[in-house]
Amino acid sequence: MAPVSQNSNLKKKLNKKIPREEEVRASSKEIESFEFDPGSEEEDDRSQSSDPEDELSSSSASSDGEPLADDFLGGSDDSEEVEELGSDSDESDLEAKSRAIDEAKARAEEEAQEELQLNIKGESDEFILPTKEELEDEAQQPPNLQNIHRRINEIVRVLSNFKSLRQEGASRKDYINQLKIDIMSYYGYNEFLIETFMEIFPAVELIELLEAFEKGRPECLRTNTLKTRRRDLAGVLINRGVNLDPIGKWSKVGLVIYDSQVPIGATPEYLAGHYMKQAASSFLPVMALAPQEKERIVDMAAAPGGKITYIAALMKNTGIIYANEFKESRLKSLTANIHRMGVTNTIICNYDGKEIPKVLGLNSVDRVLLDAPCTGTGVISKEQSIKTSKTIEDVQTRVFLQKQLILAAIDLVDAKSKTGGYIVYSTCSMLVHENEAIIDYALKKRDVKVVPCGLDFGRPGFIRFREHRFHPSLEKTRRFYPHVNNMEGFFVAKLKKLSNSKPATSQPKKEAERKTEAAAITNDNDSEILNGNPEEPTITQAVKKNKESNTAIRNAGRYAGKKIKPTGGKKNHWKTPPASVDQAKKKRKFSSNEKNGPRIKRRKPHQKGGLGNMKET
Amino acid sequence: MRTLDEKETAAVFEKLFKFTGPNLKLIVERPAVEGPAGDDPGRYCFRLHKNRVFYASESLVRRAVSVSRERLVSLGTCIGKFTKTGSFRLTVQSLDLLASHARRKVWLKPTSEMSFLYGNPVLKSGLARITEGVNPGDGVVVFSMSDLPLGFGVAARSTQDCRKAHADAIIVNRQADAGEYLRNEDDL
Repeated sequence: MAPVSQNSNLKKKLNKKIPREEEVRASSKEIESFEFDPGSEEEDDRSQSSDPEDELSSSSASSDGEPLADDFLGGSDDSEEVEELGSDSDESDLEAKSRAIDEAKARAEEEAQEELQLNIKGESDEFILPTKEELEDEAQQPPNLQNIHRRINEIVRVLSNFKSLRQEGASRKDYINQLKIDIMSYYGYNEFLIETFMEIFPAVELIELLEAFEKGRPECLRTNTLKTRRRDLAGVLINRGVNLDPIGKWSKVGLVIYDSQVPIGATPEYLAGHYMKQAASSFLPVMALAPQEKERIVDMAAAPGGKITYIAALMKNTGIIYANEFKESRLKSLTANIHRMGVTNTIICNYDGKEIPKVLGLNSVDRVLLDAPCTGTGVISKEQSIKTSKTIEDVQTRVFLQKQLILAAIDLVDAKSKTGGYIVYSTCSMLVHENEAIIDYALKKRDVKVVPCGLDFGRPGFIRFREHRFHPSLEKTRRFYPHVNNMEGFFVAKLKKLSNSKPATSQPKKEAERKTEAAAITNDNDSEILNGNPEEPTITQAVKKNKESNTAIRNAGRYAGKKIKPTGGKKNHWKTPPASVDQAKKKRKFSSNEKNGPRIKRRKPHQKGGLGNMKET
Repeated sequence: MRTLDEKETAAVFEKLFKFTGPNLKLIVERPAVEGPAGDDPGRYCFRLHKNRVFYASESLVRRAVSVSRERLVSLGTCIGKFTKTGSFRLTVQSLDLLASHARRKVWLKPTSEMSFLYGNPVLKSGLARITEGVNPGDGVVVFSMSDLPLGFGVAARSTQDCRKAHADAIIVNRQADAGEYLRNEDDL
């Protein structure tokens, strides 16, 4: 008896756990029927097979005779006590009773499962793409962010299991379009950026990436090994009230800051140059470059100086570094950082990166670091305006500039250098056009090869991307993502120069090539951006002999969207430089690509010479 | 970029002498380490470029010749600049150099470190330690208790007077401090 009553108590408790009222009623009904008709399984079956609603009505009908039936929660308690009394009666019925209880329990569980299944199916069936009317309604009201967020998650779920979860009559494209619109309104991106991200990432990763961009990466700093050690610095900062940790196994000088009671950028240690505030991803190109002592290094885009000071620290202030920065406004911070960190082997200059090979001489340095100016799609968490401000024209201008810069960087390096001969190209962008496409271009134009970066984490670069096919060695380049590596989006590639020769470059048809280059960013096969270095020095030397101002570079600078400055003391007779960079940019920008087609440059009649291939139409 | 002429050299050395005294010889005749392999680094030398005086090794100077005048921004370490009237002032970027060769030093209490970095002079209340034999008008380099160089200035009192002075007395008139990297980045 005791076991039976215990059993039934347990079952009642189990039955109580099922939240469905019907089941509770069904179970209590079973108990009642069991109680008052001991051993009659048929009645149990009947009560089980009948609908929950019927049971409800029947139970309420029978409630007159049974004071326990109405109050289900309390009733089951009472019925427990009655149970015990009731079960005392017949011992031969015990087996039947226990069997009945077991079956009842099994059936209750089955029903519970079915209910759950019903509910799940109900949810997935519930997600239907909003119809046009619904979308119009939404457009008129202020955006309901929760709704949109839910819809984004639903669509991603559907897309990940498309066959089974898709809605009848809706194509994949419909889902993707709706997802795009929702992402644009929820996260605040413009269409161009979302489309490019969609080309690179699958749907689930895309959402992870966007969430990672919203969150932002933790602040990092790098110990200045010229002045202190990481252990000592960590101790001092902890005393000041900073919560920090070493950045990871991959770096011996990095620290990550979780929170701090004092401003990290204003401690006496910072001002004495013991550390530098730097993003974790900025460590990587310098680690890939691996400068040795007593080498000659060039950094073509050095501001604000984090990488340069790291290079100097690795070289222990020996050798010589040329730190070049094109924008004057950033020179101040570069100079200040270099002095603050105690770097003494640096020459800071203010050239356009493409001019440096002429200034320093071709094949003259051991290593070059090119952290190219890019669209910055990898650092959206730091600079939210990138979400809405980048267009395909921005990418095109950047790509053009990057191609020129990487060729200049390759030309600077001496392939016969005893310890060096390396170029590291890095960007803080995730677009394939700015990363793999540039390296592929360099491989075609110069005698270089891709070598492993020396970084064992990060994803390999793309070899195939949509319709493009890159050189297979590009898998040695590395891509870093915020949602995978917890640092800003980054790309690093290391090249080794095999010989100082330049492959013979074809001269004519540069206009046509320039057009195709502008129209299709990655159509690298025919286009000649620089009309081959062999010609360039002669033309520009001729130009230089006459004027200090370098027409070729100015023209190139104009197309690359850079501020045009007259060099030297000679005046620009025909053109006053734009008053500000913004003005120069305004002149060049076209409102939309469709209206005017690829960018058409108009050349003034007095301009001649320079790089003839710049002209279009 | 050119070498300093007589007068300029005299002005620079005079200012440096205030801080380093006989150690000045060490600064001038130090064998250099910078310079690419295969290049004899030579000694350090001073060069004048756009009214700023730079302290760099000879090999660095040789390499910088190819950079055109208006494009060169900085070379080695900038130690100071000539004002329009022709007098020479040491800037905070020379702090490392001075700190390693300083003859007279002053150590600050931790509580007054930040005050000095904001640009205030050193008061008696903030003074933790001072070298013996400081005379008024001597150049003095200011350190924190952990030997972190914070800046430099001119002593206003001798060591003996410091002991007798009351708490608000100015001990060191600040000439340059590391906080300028944040406050005056544009002026450096």
